[in-house]
Amino acid sequence: MAEKHKLLEVKGLTMDFGGLRAVDSVSLEVHEGEIAALIGPNGAGKTTFFNCVTGIYNPTKGDILLHPKGLPTRRLNGLKPNKVTEMGLARTFQNIRLFSDMTVLENVMIGRHCRTSAGIFRSIIRDKGVRKEEQEIVETSYQLLKKVGLAESANEFAKNLPYGAQRRLEIARAMATEPFLLLLDEPAAGMNPQETGDLDQLICKISEEEQIAILLIEHDMKLVMNISNPIYVMEYGKKIAEGSPQQIKDHPKVIEAYLGEETDA
Amino acid sequence: MMKDFKQSILVSIWFVFLTFPLMAVRVNTTEQVVEWRWMSMVWVAIATFSLSYAWRYLLARKQAKKNEEDISHGKLQLLMEDMGFRYKAMGLLLLLALIFPLVFDTYQNTIMISALIYVVLGLGLNISVGLAGLLDLGYVAFFAVGAYSYALLNHHFGIGFWSILPVGGIFGCLFGVILGFPILRLRGDYLAIVTLGFGMIIKVVLENWSDFTFGPSGIANIDKPGLFGMDMNIDSSTTYIYYIMIALVVFTILITNRLKNSRIGRAWIALREDEIACVAMGIDMARTKLSAYALGAFWAGMVGVLFAAKTTFINPASFTFMESAIILSIVVLGGMGSILGVILGAFILILLPEYLRAFSEYRMLAFGAAMVLMMIFRPQGIISNIRTKYEYKKLTEETEHG
Ligand SMILES: Nc1ncnc2c1ncn2[C@@H]1O[C@H](COP(=O)(O)OP(=O)(O)OP(=O)(O)O)[C@@H](O)[C@H]1O
Ligand SMILES: [Mg+2]
Repeated sequence: MAEKHKLLEVKGLTMDFGGLRAVDSVSLEVHEGEIAALIGPNGAGKTTFFNCVTGIYNPTKGDILLHPKGLPTRRLNGLKPNKVTEMGLARTFQNIRLFSDMTVLENVMIGRHCRTSAGIFRSIIRDKGVRKEEQEIVETSYQLLKKVGLAESANEFAKNLPYGAQRRLEIARAMATEPFLLLLDEPAAGMNPQETGDLDQLICKISEEEQIAILLIEHDMKLVMNISNPIYVMEYGKKIAEGSPQQIKDHPKVIEAYLGEETDA
Repeated sequence: MMKDFKQSILVSIWFVFLTFPLMAVRVNTTEQVVEWRWMSMVWVAIATFSLSYAWRYLLARKQAKKNEEDISHGKLQLLMEDMGFRYKAMGLLLLLALIFPLVFDTYQNTIMISALIYVVLGLGLNISVGLAGLLDLGYVAFFAVGAYSYALLNHHFGIGFWSILPVGGIFGCLFGVILGFPILRLRGDYLAIVTLGFGMIIKVVLENWSDFTFGPSGIANIDKPGLFGMDMNIDSSTTYIYYIMIALVVFTILITNRLKNSRIGRAWIALREDEIACVAMGIDMARTKLSAYALGAFWAGMVGVLFAAKTTFINPASFTFMESAIILSIVVLGGMGSILGVILGAFILILLPEYLRAFSEYRMLAFGAAMVLMMIFRPQGIISNIRTKYEYKKLTEETEHG
């Protein structure tokens, strides 16, 4: 573990909403090649944690440090979400947020925005460079759709996709921004066991083939225990445990807080 | 079906009852007798019955359609997605537009010019409202900026139409950015109120800053567009303006179409669809919003110059909230984000009232009714959201299989 390059380092992150402390000094690290998981009961503050890291909220306290490989370390606190994405950290949303009146392909093409450059004037003139860039955007996006198994529906409207496919489209769209770290917020929510199995493979594939580290929030214990290591557990805004799947399974606090019912059954 | 029938009968009986004192009974005051007009009762019954039945039928059909397929796959919609058809249709329209002044008289030309002005205004507003989803109830302000920049520069310095045309656009742009900055963070109702306020402020300024704008009396004797210093009578100068307007419309369509199908245009649409997802995908919100406001305002500024040149007289009364409302209606009626839809919307909303002058008293009534019906039966507008299909190589796919 020690020799692996540290990509994301969160230290003592705290987020207050008025009187409510949704995240309470949580520290977490994601290393290169890892599929880390963040679990915890409903309302534990997992999504809020994601929102702080990705710049949607400005955290009350703590440090979020990004160590891109071969580049100087950057502190993400207070950066706008688009800047965070530009730095190589992409995300999906718990309550699917696709561009519903755009086609599936266009959704992914939006992800290419921050890696391309055509401005207003060049878009109007549409010179050779812009045409080439456009074609590049289309091709890359299409390849990504193929990777998540949505190539057939490239020209559908995103809103017409079935639920599971929408989740995969969100992943493809996030990957289009060329991240080195991908944050997935409950990617398996609302999926049937078959779809969850496919997703399981997809996430592993992304991690191995694309060299993208992954941090995921998930309620599906089977998925989490199968693919992720390390696992971080949150409850009432606090981190209560971290470790390998086995350590988490046996951790008394976790059993009490979260897995209790499952181990009983 | 039977249920609808019964309901409609009940509705018509109720209406007969309600309108009985008004429609059936009439006291003839000269002969001191009461007249019973039973026939009009029958008419009321028939009319309300058929209206009510048609209404129910349409609603039921809409429901059924929604259930069986996505509404956006209508026949017209599919036709519009066919590029070949689109090019042919556009060529034909352009031809018609070009021979129009040869066939019709100056009066018709003038009406057409004002319709075309609204086409450009609609297309401009379509950028901020239709594509980027930023409601703007004060769009007429930019139109006023364009018109006054020409009127004032022409009045004080005698600068000609052609030099001011781009300047008007740029002034429009600048005002777009000035308006854009304070409202970057606003959404929904708040955005509506602030933009509405901006429209009002411009009008108040125009009315009261008499030293600069000549107040409510306006500015007269603005030069018409020149053509190599030729002297033109009213007819030929109207025809000339008509052709300038056609060129401007074509120019607007070309540019907005290119923008719409570009990296920038996609960012606007993404912003409209979901602001949070949009920024999370790496799009700079401030930049995207400002560019949408600025480019939308550009067209209003430009066509404002032409408006001033056409009427040769402007005053603040031309730039009321009513104008903003009409332009917005054009965009909504035509279909948010659809260029063709907006053009159709402009023609319908501007030409119909002109040619139906006989009914001009009912104009606002019809306008309101049309909008309400539209919102119920086709909320996405006449033409909605035409899919862009992209060409991508399936090569790798084939080699994988082979
Ligand atoms: N914008 C906000 N304003 C105020 N309170 C908020 C806000 N966002 C989240 N909260 C509160 O913070 C707490 C943590 O919410 P969060 O969405 O992060 O939980 P979660 O762990 O993602 O839960 P779930 O598993 O249900 O998704 C909740 O009590 C929630 O009500
Ligand atoms: Mg959550």
